Amino acid sequence: MIKIMESIVEQNVGHDTTLIEAESIVIRFSGDSGDGMQLTGTQFTDTAAFFGNDLSTFPEFPAEIRAPIGTTAGVSGFQVNFGSKEIFTPGDEYDVLVAMNAAALKVDLPRLKRGGIIITNTAGFDKKNLGLAGFADGVNPLEDGSLDNYTVHKIDITKFTKECLAGSGLGMKEIERSKNMFVLGLLFWMFDEPMEYTINFINEKFAKKQDIADANIKTLKAGWNFGDHTEIFTTRFHVAPAKLPKGTYRNISGNHATAIGLVAAAELSGLPLFLGSYPITPASDVLHELSKYKTSNVKTFQAEDEIAAICAAIGASYGGGLGVTTTSGPGMSLKTEALGLATILEIPLLVINIQRGGPSTGLPTKTEQSDLMQAMYGRHGEGPLPIVAASSPADCFNTVLEAARIAVEHMTPVICLTDGYIANGSEPWRFPTKDQLSPINVTFATEPNGPNGTFLPYKRDEKLSRPWAKPGTKGLMHRIGGLEKAQETGNVSYDAKNHEAMTKLRAAKIEKIADYIPLAAPDSGKSTGKLAVLGWGSTSGAIKTAVRELLEDGYDVAHIHLRHMNPFPKNLGELLSGYEHVLIPEMNCGQLSQLIRAKYLVPAESLSKVQGLPFTTSELKNKILEILK
Amino acid sequence: MTTILEQEAAPKLTAKDFASNQEVKWCPGCGDYSILKQVQTVFPDFGIPKEDIVFISGIGCAARFTYYMDTYGMHSIHGRAAAIASGLKGLNPKLSVWVVSGDGDAFSIGGNHFIHLMRKNFDLNYLVFNNQIYGLTKGQYSPTSEKGKVAKSTPYGSVEEPFNPSELALGAKCSFVSRSLDRDPKHMQMVLKRAHEHKGTSFVEIYQNCPVFNDGTFFAFSEKETKQEQSIYLEHGKPLLFSNGTKGIKLDGTRPVIVNLNENGNSASDLWIHDEHDKTKAHIIAGFFDTEYDGVHFPRPFGVIYSEDRPTCEDGMEQQIAELTARKGKPSLDRILSGDKTWTIL
Repeated sequence: MIKIMESIVEQNVGHDTTLIEAESIVIRFSGDSGDGMQLTGTQFTDTAAFFGNDLSTFPEFPAEIRAPIGTTAGVSGFQVNFGSKEIFTPGDEYDVLVAMNAAALKVDLPRLKRGGIIITNTAGFDKKNLGLAGFADGVNPLEDGSLDNYTVHKIDITKFTKECLAGSGLGMKEIERSKNMFVLGLLFWMFDEPMEYTINFINEKFAKKQDIADANIKTLKAGWNFGDHTEIFTTRFHVAPAKLPKGTYRNISGNHATAIGLVAAAELSGLPLFLGSYPITPASDVLHELSKYKTSNVKTFQAEDEIAAICAAIGASYGGGLGVTTTSGPGMSLKTEALGLATILEIPLLVINIQRGGPSTGLPTKTEQSDLMQAMYGRHGEGPLPIVAASSPADCFNTVLEAARIAVEHMTPVICLTDGYIANGSEPWRFPTKDQLSPINVTFATEPNGPNGTFLPYKRDEKLSRPWAKPGTKGLMHRIGGLEKAQETGNVSYDAKNHEAMTKLRAAKIEKIADYIPLAAPDSGKSTGKLAVLGWGSTSGAIKTAVRELLEDGYDVAHIHLRHMNPFPKNLGELLSGYEHVLIPEMNCGQLSQLIRAKYLVPAESLSKVQGLPFTTSELKNKILEILK
Repeated sequence: MTTILEQEAAPKLTAKDFASNQEVKWCPGCGDYSILKQVQTVFPDFGIPKEDIVFISGIGCAARFTYYMDTYGMHSIHGRAAAIASGLKGLNPKLSVWVVSGDGDAFSIGGNHFIHLMRKNFDLNYLVFNNQIYGLTKGQYSPTSEKGKVAKSTPYGSVEEPFNPSELALGAKCSFVSRSLDRDPKHMQMVLKRAHEHKGTSFVEIYQNCPVFNDGTFFAFSEKETKQEQSIYLEHGKPLLFSNGTKGIKLDGTRPVIVNLNENGNSASDLWIHDEHDKTKAHIIAGFFDTEYDGVHFPRPFGVIYSEDRPTCEDGMEQQIAELTARKGKPSLDRILSGDKTWTIL
């Protein structure tokens, strides 16, 4: 076998296999949409996480639920990078490619490392599948020597699964569906991971269908035994547990962390949570997940459309709840008018945009960071709003809590940006306990605050925020609305000077949030120097990896990562001016770099990528080295 | 002598208590004035504390209503009041929520929210001031304007069919469908009370005269000369009578027939008795709009066309939570944060 990994320590175990110690390994599970690759990848990931590896995942699937079987359009992939060191990205290239059919091999071979391992299901390489994948008549990559630079394991997984389940009483369709378990069992053997986690999972999932559970477990074990007993495999790999900070961990995806963040925000603020949402990829999972927490002071409302979703959330916020709406790009556009209303009403509201490739339907299942300008400026009229962005799957939790805190403590809608990459990707999370989380301070108005016992709904405090008087509060009846307000009374006012004053007050209120957020500081590297990479959102993992590797190589680089996109941390301009170069990598055409250049007049350079894919570490390193040259 | 009991009892509110300090700014002669007056008149009878009442409106002349009520209120954006009110009622079912809308706001830009609100059946009251014209934007035809309407944007007449709002609401599974008009204060008060008493979405269509852009459009139904022939007032359990009781409507199978009670052989006892819980018949009554039967034009119905008791959306949400909580209990936040599968690094 070719040496494909770093830090290899050879040991002899058993009769004729070698166990190799590896620091980190990237596996890509790839197959047809119906092949169960997402489940296989998730189970492998959860097992690796459960036994102490650090990791990062990248599920990638087509927009079609079931694209024509066997075509490249229907290929669904799941990538996991797991290691005994800290892992921040799913990996630029993979060490192992599992290709369940010819189309999967065609789509995913280009990013397999030279010398990497390919595990194929030969049943997916018959004449029909080869044709559907677009290979010329008579060409089979498994036979023509084109894969000579890789270690290829050709296994008729379908046949073995059928043999394994012959006499199980299951139909042929159900039997074929179990073949992903064979793959999973084989990989567990190959990477020295135990099967117990998945066996428990299967038993729980099919608690009421024991025959299905038995079949899956039998196939899983058959896969393991296949690795153990056949002479095909001579090498196994072991990735030791990572030396992560002490504590208790769980594996979590970004959308799941977002949902839990909302539950936590409700508890920490004491506010009932109301989610108004309309299904849209890749945001729907937040609605699904949150709908499970109804006993935690959470109400979820699947509205008739995106507009109704945000409007219902506005209604709930007006009623004294924590109104939330979740969506993605096109839905965000539809919500924009209502967001303007919430802006002038000055009520708390969370708008969570899980960005995807745009414009229009664009690339619904692919990732992008191209809605930053929309978040900044996407309303008619002058209507600045606070914006926060999550940098990793687990960070969605912190970001949502921060968004909720700003919303209720500063009486304003807040836009929270995540994206498809971190929404679907997962990582180990050293989750906090409740007592480690700061409370969110909510004050409802209960007493008149104006002369002669009157209530002034737009009287401002030191944060420039207005009182929150919820319906049902005696003596504070008042009317609010989308028409311009007179200062303090909130009555309709068409007065020219008042409009200008209110416009500036609303902007000043948002700007003032900068007094309540942390200052910017480098995540790694020095606070002055040759080059700073300024990032935001989901690029964090790739930038962190690139910058740390370059620092180890002695380069003068730093990484600054933003959570608060509006207002920026107060010292950001000063901090950036301490570097000769500022590089801003973004999965858009340079939106943050425009904002930074305009606001701080620093000659920031943009590194743009709009391919629906996250940055690779090497793309970033190459660009940094090019500038440093 | 004042007893302690009397001192403690909250004084009964009056219509004046519901008037805000804002100057009412509708055009002189606008039908909205009458609606505001009737609402303020009936509200004290409901016995609800003012702080528990919320008016939500969208955009249009009618939507300004919110500013004139001394209750909680939100004047929101065009067409979306139903959605905002749904969220508010969903969060706090104890509030008495009233939506004020117009024909453009409710049936055009807000059409989707309108039908879905009817289907979901939140317990709130949805008043549509229907003047069959766009007033605030100065006189374009609306989705309830009659075909052929000459207006600002249709100088040669509109080529579209109007909605029949009652049929629309019934088709959307509305649990309370009614109609009244600005020039009949007593009737409007009765309908408003019924709407308030109904648990579920109460749709109240109110014919409202726009003296500036569509003057007299409903006069056939409100003025003495024509009212008796053109309108029919529905009462649950009473026969369908109009024209000062000289005419009635009977059912021949599912076909309505107008009969003259002065003619021989016709008796009031043969007439159709209004049953507001009968949906099939409600559809036929709602069709007394532009539907003709055997070339005969039918009088326009006013009153409660249909009412039905069915579970509300907010109750469904609350019940589900209560049942789940009883069955599973409320997990601690720490339990939610940790999830089911954790591992510890020592």
